[in-house]
Formats: sequence, structure tokens, C-alpha cells
Amino acid sequence: MNVNIQRHAIVVRLSHWLMALSILVLIGSGWRIYNSAPIFPFTFPEQFTLGGDVDAALARHNDPGVATAIAWHFAAMWGLLLAFLAFVLWGALSGHFRRDFLPVRPAEVWHDLIAALTFRLDHRLGHYNAVQKLLYWAALLGAGLMLLSGIAIWKPVQTYPLEALFGGFQGARIVHFLVMTGLVLFLVVHVALVILVPKTLRAMITGSATENRP
Amino acid sequence: MTIDRRKLLTRGLSLGSLSLLTGCDISDNDAVQGFLARVSQWNDRVQAALFNPARLAPTFAESQAVKDFRYNAWYGPDKAPRLDGGDYRLSLAGLIADKTPWTVEQLHALPQESQITRHVCVEGWSMIGKWSGTPLRTFLQRIGADTTARYVGFECADGYYEGIDMPTALHPQTIMAFRLSDEILPVRYGYPFKIRIPTKLGFKNPKFVTTIYVTNQRPKGFWPDRGYNWFSGI
Repeated sequence: MNVNIQRHAIVVRLSHWLMALSILVLIGSGWRIYNSAPIFPFTFPEQFTLGGDVDAALARHNDPGVATAIAWHFAAMWGLLLAFLAFVLWGALSGHFRRDFLPVRPAEVWHDLIAALTFRLDHRLGHYNAVQKLLYWAALLGAGLMLLSGIAIWKPVQTYPLEALFGGFQGARIVHFLVMTGLVLFLVVHVALVILVPKTLRAMITGSATENRP
Repeated sequence: MTIDRRKLLTRGLSLGSLSLLTGCDISDNDAVQGFLARVSQWNDRVQAALFNPARLAPTFAESQAVKDFRYNAWYGPDKAPRLDGGDYRLSLAGLIADKTPWTVEQLHALPQESQITRHVCVEGWSMIGKWSGTPLRTFLQRIGADTTARYVGFECADGYYEGIDMPTALHPQTIMAFRLSDEILPVRYGYPFKIRIPTKLGFKNPKFVTTIYVTNQRPKGFWPDRGYNWFSGI
């Protein structure tokens, strides 16, 4: 018998995909912007950044695509903001967070983490294990921190002293970078797990996933 | 479920090739550029609404001001225009009652004040400096500019051009800076003066200003013409 074991509300699906698209654009364009004034002793390879072909941009603008990268960044920020607010409001009001992401108990996280690292974690569709719950909270917190530190960098005068929260303007840039790194690592794990359990992808697109159960 | 290593490998490879296929950057597409330009115009309106004319940019202690300020332009410092203080005239144009050109001497006789503020570059770096000069508002009033107009534009000796919204032009910290670190503005920083606007990104602070005009038509900007956001407030 086919049993429906995972459902995603339309708000969750739409905000998930808008967030996914926005975050990818923000990462790619952010790397190009970072390259123009690196805060650490390295830059990102051009082909992994968003902002267009450098020669084409130089021909069009006399600018190596930083202008386009910034335009992407400040377009995608609206997507992230909108999707983040929709996701958080819906999650809090519909009971999705309380039902699926809570409680997160340290002992369970420890147990599931050991199980996951030794490839013994049972992965059931529609049920979030403790590590998953913790990671979703971390990713959500990360997205919120990106928005907040991003606003501090975008409008340091109009939002002053918001930057003090991050130890100043330069501190906000560093936080923005470090949390980005965390989100990239989350994305790697997130996508790897989708590859392992492809039905979750179908659930996030169509709204439900079924499983054959005796 | 158990992990099927072969499945993981093949799916990982197909995902990798997919990302390679979609990896071609769509930024150079004309429709994409048009879309980004429209969003940038929306961001202009958002920033104008966010701009609080009464909010002052943070100021810093004298000890935090950098003495050896970073030189920044699309040409080297040796190419900076050398304007002669005796021959220089500031031209005025547009919605201004008294368009008589100003000499350096006359400009220096204007009331002056100092500010220790942070210059934030669009690239991300920032630097604190001490600038001294005359509030642009004072000057606009002195020349009988129509401050109900929407914009103030600038033309510069190095071919640069910029323009700002009137609320920013009238902001108390927007000054015509004649000095940097208490010294007459050196050639490479924009002698005889630069427009110092601590509520805007660095590129909205034009140097070597030779013309100031007041207008209701949005002035073009050197970097906004190259794809950067026009308002660029901070």
C-alpha cells in the first residue's frame, strides 16, 4: 500500500525554493564582491562567482563585473528576506516548527550524530532526527544572521549602531563571511542527503512523498 | 535505509555535471541586465525612503583618523589633474540665482567645520578620515540655489561626474571639503575640493569639482553609468 508519509505546505515549498535560489545567487555574487576587497588572504576562482564574463563586463562597463555582482546581491536579498519571513512566520504560526523541529534534546543530538557518522542512522521520510532538527535551526539562524549582518554592511549609517552587534563595520563583514561559510557547509550536507533520499526532493516539489508499506 | 555507495557515486556525478551545465553565467544576457537595472531603480526608491535627513553618520576620535588616506581612482595618482589655485573658477549652473564663478580664495573664506567620519567604499573597505570644509547646504543657500529642486550635480576636472538627491545635499554632514587631516587637500585627493558625503558610498564623493548645478533631472554618475546603483546611500 502506498502511504503518504511526508507533506510540505505550499508556503513551505515556495519559500524553500525562493530561499534556495536567493542563497545561491547571494553566494555567487557575494564571492565576486568579496574578491574586489578580500578580508582574508585568498580570493574565489572567477568561474565560481556570479557577475558575468570579466572581459565582457570590462567592455560594457569598464568594470570587472563587480557592478553586476552587486546588482545581483541587492536583488536576491529581497528574495531571501521575503522567503525567510514567510518561512519563519508560517513555521511559527502553523505549528510546523513545534511539530517537526522541536524539541531538540542534547542527548538525542549526540546519539543521532554518532549514528550518522557511523552510517547507522535510520533515515525515515517525514521524521526529523535530532541532528537534522539542530541543523535546520542552525541554518535558519544563519540565514537570519546573514540578513542582519548584511543590513549592517548595506546601511551602516541608517542602521547605526546595529554594526556594534558584530563588533563594528569590519566585524559585520567578517561575521557575514563566516556565516556564509557555515551556510555553504550546510548546503553540501543538505544536498548530499537529498541525493541519498531522493524522495524528499519530490516532496519538496510536489508537496508529498509516498512510500510502499506492507 | 542503507547507503548504496554506487548509487551515491552516480548520483553525485550526475549532480556535478548538472551544475557544470548550468554553471554558465547568465549575467551578460541583455534581459538579465535589464532586470537587474529595474531592481536597482527599486532599490533607489527604497534607499531614498530609508534616508533620514536628521540622522548623522557616526563620528570618531581624532586618533582614529588615518593620516595616510588610501588613494582611489581609475587612474594612477600621477595622472590626477593639477588645478592652479589662482586660475581655478568654480562654475555654477542650473536652478541657481547667482551663477557668478567662485575663486579658491572666496571658497576658503566661507564658514568651515571639521568632521571625522568613515569613508565606505562600494568594494567593501572603509577608512576613517578628518575632513574640513563648508557645509554644501550653507553654500547652496549663499548662491541662491533652488533647494526645492530634486538634485545637485557635479562635474570634475578629471572627467568624473556625479549627482545626489537634494535631501542628501542639504544633510548637515555633506561638505565641500577643502582640507584632509588639517592640510589643504593634496592634488591626488581632489584639490581644490571634494564633496564629502558620509551618508553615501565613496564613489558618490566627487573630487576636483569644477561645476555645481541644481536640477530636477537626475544627474548621471560615472560609476552608475557603469552599472552601479545610483542612490548608493549607506
